[in-house]
Amino acid sequence: MSSRDKILATIKNNQPDQRDLPAITPPAAGSLSDLSRQFIEVLEGIGGRAYIVSGWQRIATILKEQYTNTHRIVSTCPELSGLAEVSQHYEDPHTLENVELAVLEAHFAVAENGACWITEEKMIERVLPFIAQNLALVLRRKDIVPNMYEAYERIAGAEYGFGAFIAGPSKTADIEQSLVLGAHGPKSMTVFLLDEEMSDAGYY
Amino acid sequence: MSKQDHAALADEFNKDEPRVDWHDKTLWFVREKRDKAAQKVPEWEWLRDTASKIKDNVLSNLSEYLTLFEEQATRNGIVVHWAADAKEHNEIVYGLLQRHKIDMMVKSKSMLTEECHLNEFLKEKGLDVVDTDLGERVVQLAGEPPSHIVLPCIHKKKEEIGEIFHEHLGTPAGNADPQFLTHAARLHLREKFLTRRAALTGVNFAIAETGEFVVCTNEGNADMGAHLAEIHIACMGIEKLIPQRKHLGVFLRLLTRSATGQPITTYSSHFKRPRPGQEMHIVIVDNGRSIQLGRKDFRNSLKCIRCAACFNTCPVYRRSGGHSYHTAVAGPIGSILSPNLDMKQYSDLPFASTLCGSCSNVCPVKIDIHEQLYRWRQVIVQEGYAPAGKKLAMKTMNWVLSNPSVYHTAGKAGRFFMLNAPFTVNNRLNPWWKGRDMPEVPKESFGQWYKKNRK
Amino acid sequence: MRVGLFIPCYVDQLYPQVAIATLNLLEKYGCDVDYPADQTCCGQPMANSGFEHLTQGCNDLFIKNFAGYDYIVCPSGSCTLHIKDHLHGSHGQEAADPAMGIRKKIYELVEFLTDILKVENIEASFPHKVGLHQSCHGQRGLKLAQMSELMAPPFSKPEKLLKMVKGIQLIDLARKDECCGFGGTFCVAEEAVSVKMGKDRVADHLHHGAEYITGADMSCLMHMEGILRRQKSTVQVKHIAEILDSKE
Repeated sequence: MSSRDKILATIKNNQPDQRDLPAITPPAAGSLSDLSRQFIEVLEGIGGRAYIVSGWQRIATILKEQYTNTHRIVSTCPELSGLAEVSQHYEDPHTLENVELAVLEAHFAVAENGACWITEEKMIERVLPFIAQNLALVLRRKDIVPNMYEAYERIAGAEYGFGAFIAGPSKTADIEQSLVLGAHGPKSMTVFLLDEEMSDAGYY
Repeated sequence: MSKQDHAALADEFNKDEPRVDWHDKTLWFVREKRDKAAQKVPEWEWLRDTASKIKDNVLSNLSEYLTLFEEQATRNGIVVHWAADAKEHNEIVYGLLQRHKIDMMVKSKSMLTEECHLNEFLKEKGLDVVDTDLGERVVQLAGEPPSHIVLPCIHKKKEEIGEIFHEHLGTPAGNADPQFLTHAARLHLREKFLTRRAALTGVNFAIAETGEFVVCTNEGNADMGAHLAEIHIACMGIEKLIPQRKHLGVFLRLLTRSATGQPITTYSSHFKRPRPGQEMHIVIVDNGRSIQLGRKDFRNSLKCIRCAACFNTCPVYRRSGGHSYHTAVAGPIGSILSPNLDMKQYSDLPFASTLCGSCSNVCPVKIDIHEQLYRWRQVIVQEGYAPAGKKLAMKTMNWVLSNPSVYHTAGKAGRFFMLNAPFTVNNRLNPWWKGRDMPEVPKESFGQWYKKNRK
Repeated sequence: MRVGLFIPCYVDQLYPQVAIATLNLLEKYGCDVDYPADQTCCGQPMANSGFEHLTQGCNDLFIKNFAGYDYIVCPSGSCTLHIKDHLHGSHGQEAADPAMGIRKKIYELVEFLTDILKVENIEASFPHKVGLHQSCHGQRGLKLAQMSELMAPPFSKPEKLLKMVKGIQLIDLARKDECCGFGGTFCVAEEAVSVKMGKDRVADHLHHGAEYITGADMSCLMHMEGILRRQKSTVQVKHIAEILDSKE
């Protein structure tokens, strides 16, 4: 009898009596008037930055102010081809080692914890959101859900090979509980919330 | 190995009182952060109750969920292995590395691999494993086991970490700045991520329905390892399953708030298929869990999601430190898991508690930890692991307390000695007296007073 | 109502004034109180040490002494909880077990005053700064007060009663419900941690200006008193029964 069979047989023998799954709809909370406000507050609390922008032009302007052309910027977004490498694939993920900034699109964000959901097909390479020194994610302002329950309602049965919730920059507090940003992943994390209804002149 | 004892180790730990104060305050701070985070979630107690019920369902259908998970994971292209015990687990991991002719690996946090002593096993075989979680790297370089399952080097002061990094990473002597040290570790470990072909991770949650698994980190080290490696090995205990993807909406709301007070870890990475060209393996490990499952009084301990909230709230853990528990997973949950692995070796742990009940009430999956501690004490004594002296004392106590006249005589005698010959109790042989004065002795007991004044 | 007075063994032997205060309080509020002379102990020290199988003698004695009362009242949260959770007769059948009846009618003193006697008024005066120690078994086990671990509305039965006492000033604490470290045989088996926990509890009260430390369990107070006296402190412990029974 293989280990597998032995293990499963013992488990089957030792399982307690059936306990049914509970309903998982959370009790109704008060409705949140502005999810983006809560999202931004939480994101900033965890060391991230947020901008509400009217469009890609704004994003490009902001990034040009923060990064010079000596920095390697990689993106999936053709709108940023003026300052970034726009590529769909890299043969060897190790070659992404010197990426200063990755700008990627996320599917949606979660207000209660400042996290953004992004799957493999939007990452170019799985390692990119982690290996870049800085990360920026772009999503529509209206694509913010209140909490993780709604998040998984939204993900539902979607097919992906790899997906991640990313909440702010990489961090650690392992040394005497002192918070340090930039453990192994990106040292900074910026979220751009696209709001087409905003006037072109303004940004948060 | 001679039997270690929590009380003796805790006694050593308490010789440095300022250090105990520092350790206690640091961990209490984490408990307070958990409280603040939980207060922000109005449905917190509902979440705990729901998570508890989901895990009850998992345990009652564990074999079915495991079979489903294996089927789905295999369909996804993940190779599934089964290990009956720590030895088999270590050999499976070694075998995979050998097949790929790999002798260097990066590893992110996995308490299961601590339990199996994987690092020592691989080292003996000539392989090099680098722990990439910062706290784990610190204790690895220090040659110690982690003292906390979420905050591995919480017992180390920054000056000590500075010294360790000076010795092993070449940072300047005397530099204890967390920012600087973390950056040094970032560079040091980045080189490992970029050059190693194998990565091993733990598993926070495995989803039966979809055959995917989730790894939660703040640092991003699991991802840096896995996405650059040719082979990704994930290790999980049989009990890490949850039924459906949507149940993550419950567990990911509870896990990090309970662990550190953050609403979520920086990265919650969902692994479903190997990267094109990569091999992804998962090792499902029993190592005594299926036995625990059969223990009606203790099976609820398998609901644990390894958040360590119980550690942070435990007044005994905070004042004795993880190493006093001499086991991979310490604290209150460790004290109800470990006796199942080796009752003799860990017979002291269920007694390292005042049964205050704080742990059970911070546990996100409502494990009745303090009640299991009480029940383990009965089992351990019945199995014959109580020290002989204690047995005798208890038998005597039973005789006295079952017989009113003996009790009254003993009471009178005790008070007589305390009053007239205090040196008989106020001495080094009386463990109470080491740190406390004895109570004042009244002239008469209540029973005597009542007889005189009321009957 | 006929009340059987259950006095913890160490209160009987070392703190009779607590038992007297308990008796006074119950009689003041109209109870017909009897103290069975043959009582000894609830058996908890043995049970908590893993020797529950040795407690049948204690159990039988307890059942014999207390079966006949309307209520059993005890000035100790941990002893009351132990009886409620663990008392059983030697005959096996739960339905016919007299222990089950006892479990339903045993009350710790504070909860008896608030829930059964529904005391709204206390003629007592204690003009001092008092720190309230929330003994764990009473608080988390008998639900005498809300625990800080749960996200739930606050309440406190001991506080409710203490606030009725004239002149009393209840102090705040940094850690409202951390364990004192007594823990039964833990107090000697894990002496170092036990004493350290007690010292920390005491320090919290001292830091906030307590002149007295009170609570519903004399075991916790005995342990803290031992530490206070070792420190030559002027701060004293007083069981809540003594404060509620203090003369004007």
